[in-house]
Amino acid sequence: MALDAKIPSGPIAEKWSKHKFEMKLVNPANKRKYNIIVVGTGLAGASAAASLGELGYNVKAFCFQDSPRRAHSIAAQGGINAAKNYANDGDSIHRLFYDTVKGGDYRAREANVHRLAEVSCNIIDQCVAQGVPFAREYGGLLDNRSFGGAQVSRTFYARGQTGQQLLLGAYSALMKETAKGTVKMFPRREMLDLVVIDDKARGIIVRNLITGELERHEADAVLLATGGYGNVFYLSTNAIGSNVTAAWRAHKKGAFFANPCYTQIHPTCIPVHGDYQSKLTLMSESLRNDGRVWVPKKKGDTRAPKDIPESEREYYLENRYPSFGNLVPRDIASRNAKSVCDDGLGVGSTQMAVYLDFADAIKRLGRDSIEEKYGNLFEMYERITGEDPYATPMMIYPAVHYTMGGLWVDYNLQSTIPGMFVLGEANFSDHGANRLGASALMQGLADGYFVIPYTLGNYLATNKLEKVTTEHPEFVAAEAAQKEKIEKLLSIKGTRTVDSFHRELGMVMWDKCGMARTEEGLKEALVRIPQIRDEFWKNVTVTGSEGEFNQVLERAGRVADFLEFAETMVTDALNRKESCGGHFREESQTEEGEAKRDDENFCHVNAWEYQGVGMTPILHKEALSFENVPLTQRSYK
Amino acid sequence: MSQKINLKLKVWRQKNTSSSGNFETYKVTTDTDASFLEMLDVVNEELIVSGKEPIAFDHDCREGICGMCGAVVNGQPHGPQRKTTLCQLHMRKFKDGDSIVLEPFRARAMPVVKDLVVDRSAFDRVVQAGGYVSVKTGGVPDANAIAISKENSDLAMDAAQCIGCSACVAACPNASAMLFVSAKVSHLALLPQGQPERHSRAKQMVMQMDKEGFGNCSNEYECEAACPKGISVSNIARMNRDYLKAGLS
Ligand SMILES: Cc1cc2nc3c(=O)[nH]c(=O)nc-3n(C[C@H](O)[C@H](O)[C@H](O)COP(=O)(O)OP(=O)(O)OC[C@H]3O[C@@H](n4cnc5c(N)ncnc54)[C@H](O)[C@@H]3O)c2cc1C
Ligand code: FES
Repeated sequence: MALDAKIPSGPIAEKWSKHKFEMKLVNPANKRKYNIIVVGTGLAGASAAASLGELGYNVKAFCFQDSPRRAHSIAAQGGINAAKNYANDGDSIHRLFYDTVKGGDYRAREANVHRLAEVSCNIIDQCVAQGVPFAREYGGLLDNRSFGGAQVSRTFYARGQTGQQLLLGAYSALMKETAKGTVKMFPRREMLDLVVIDDKARGIIVRNLITGELERHEADAVLLATGGYGNVFYLSTNAIGSNVTAAWRAHKKGAFFANPCYTQIHPTCIPVHGDYQSKLTLMSESLRNDGRVWVPKKKGDTRAPKDIPESEREYYLENRYPSFGNLVPRDIASRNAKSVCDDGLGVGSTQMAVYLDFADAIKRLGRDSIEEKYGNLFEMYERITGEDPYATPMMIYPAVHYTMGGLWVDYNLQSTIPGMFVLGEANFSDHGANRLGASALMQGLADGYFVIPYTLGNYLATNKLEKVTTEHPEFVAAEAAQKEKIEKLLSIKGTRTVDSFHRELGMVMWDKCGMARTEEGLKEALVRIPQIRDEFWKNVTVTGSEGEFNQVLERAGRVADFLEFAETMVTDALNRKESCGGHFREESQTEEGEAKRDDENFCHVNAWEYQGVGMTPILHKEALSFENVPLTQRSYK
Repeated sequence: MSQKINLKLKVWRQKNTSSSGNFETYKVTTDTDASFLEMLDVVNEELIVSGKEPIAFDHDCREGICGMCGAVVNGQPHGPQRKTTLCQLHMRKFKDGDSIVLEPFRARAMPVVKDLVVDRSAFDRVVQAGGYVSVKTGGVPDANAIAISKENSDLAMDAAQCIGCSACVAACPNASAMLFVSAKVSHLALLPQGQPERHSRAKQMVMQMDKEGFGNCSNEYECEAACPKGISVSNIARMNRDYLKAGLS
């Protein structure tokens, strides 16, 4: 199957307008005859479900938490980008487009990124109209700050809780539509399978997490907005429930998985401290606006930070990257932290940490101003570590944070299964090999508010969809397969817990497929993962029964999927012999140790087609062309 | 510095909404750097290995922002540390040999689902009654078209920080949801965008709250003390004014 990205013709800045005009529309009176399923109600899913409900479609929305307001999007701290140029510092749609393509290390699709930059401004308008309380200046207008990978201030924020406020905005729109009856919300449901009939996505199987019942839901189109797969590493900054299950099961039904090896390791997280640890906590990148990153110059220097004089500190980001300094993109900041720690300069009890120091900023701006900007982050740091960051530098280390890879979609956000669309972090398209800060929120809301309402209409208007019912043999078979899988998990009654397998897998992934990857290590991982998976299916223990609220069973299903998905991710990392963005192959680096791309051989998207558990998937390639942002080696020096 | 401490836990166990529950006792050794939920993870791993059902509790972000976690710890919703959710409470707040009693957030409007997990869907229905600005996607003015004073914007943000965890309900002797409802009403009442529906919003949301079976406010202020986000009871007074105006108009 040849991948067709369906990129509209014409100059980059006109593609989206032209496409919007050319797409077919669904007559307003006919919209309510269409049933649309939206799985996931984070920023991408909630904004899509609400907008589609407003247009008059009949929407069913699903999430696994007890309320859509709790999706993982809620945890985003730093902000959301938009090319408003309110700061009058030279921003424009073209510059946001340019920065995002470059930041993604030339592995994103230009046309998608340009559309993203275009609609970025509408997002801010929309959110303000909903009552999102973005930070303001004394004159009453919106305030901006800068984020890594950009030299302009284009990031809008709501204290350290931007994701929360944006999600509550989208959630309120969703609740408005729920009250009107255009959207029916199904919380505490987990999607277990996609139902494909006559080659088109026509429904899903979900488990009601309270009663344990399996339910069938049919529709004319299915939208997946189920977030990222960072928890394949076990320890990450993602919420505990974040999973690959919905995406993976759709993949098994025919949706290609694109660039699974592109994962983002965020430079500023609270370091790992104990083996009971369940997650890592991010300290927003916005802190790098005012915090200075350093380590002692001397190996094994165990003095307290305040006792180390200026001349004996190494501000390695400022020294190595004078023009971006502490605000280099995430992949670069992370790798540099790893390299100084590998050189024995790390601090703290594990020596796997660097300092993020606010002493200068407090001196320059005053404690009040720092408190106003970052107060809640500082409090969070103190609660977790027991140390006061106003008095002593924070200790930070990189952690898994975001996944640029995801299900392959064309320009219309449609996967390789007609009628299944993928939105938000769950798709792959806009961030290439490295996402810039504050652009995931932008992308999720762009997809949901401003892209899918158009492209979905075009699909419905141009495809004849036969009526199907949930009695169709495909529904019956899909439900039976899920029931069997659940019964199997419950029947093993082995000696090891689900979490113990998840931790073991995570360790392999972090060591072999984390911040630095080698052919040798990746090959070792390809041996280890099937072994762990085999043992899981022989020796896991899942307590309780299927017909009840059973969190162990929920986790078991998710970990089983991670154990399959991990192999595809490593296969992808092994195939991509170049380094690019967050994917660093030690074999491919410049003399200065930066990621070295190989445009000759790898300027394409890897999209994998499922072949069976443990079988090597088939690789399809979508060539990428860069007509508007010339391919160059990234430099932030 | 981290150390190990030994604790005795008395935990509410209840199989489902219709069954009656009881307390069970567990012993646990935990690291003081662990979070409260990580301590429960350790208890659960031990229970699972011995073939017993682990303690069910809701959680997701473990960063104090999703509002999913929560339980009553020795009589206090979210435990002894002020302005801290259960997932952000760390074991360094406890001493070796302590006993901890753990119960679900209890209220008539929020039945127990299992063990420490409760059904908070009433909160969503209260928001559906009016907790939004009725704008549609698209066709809205430029974000900087209306200036909003920093002061009001900051106050709106203070109220908007509510995470919907329902600790306020659990803390209130009347199981009232006034702090939750007033936080949403205030957030929108303080902004120009919220003005057109200001009074009807207050009225509809309060009516729905009553319908769900939450109790009345008798100014005990336990809610503010229990709120992990420090939402102020002054929001309740603001909402009451709007509610009265809605009645008069
Ligand atoms: C700590 C942190 C801070 C961040 N800060 C920023 C920031 O400042 N700026 C920025 O731009 N980005 C930030 N990001 C990234 C950004 O928050 C996410 O990429 C984005 O919110 C993802 O949104 P989403 O809608 O795609 O998915 P999510 O918000 O993850 O939502 C997923 C939805 O899918 C549902 N779901 C998942 N699986 C299933 C299933 N099997 N069945 C049913 N439902 C399912 C869930 O219930 C949920 O509703 C941050 C991320 C983290 C971890
Ligand atoms: S788990 Fe999200 S607030 Fe505690």
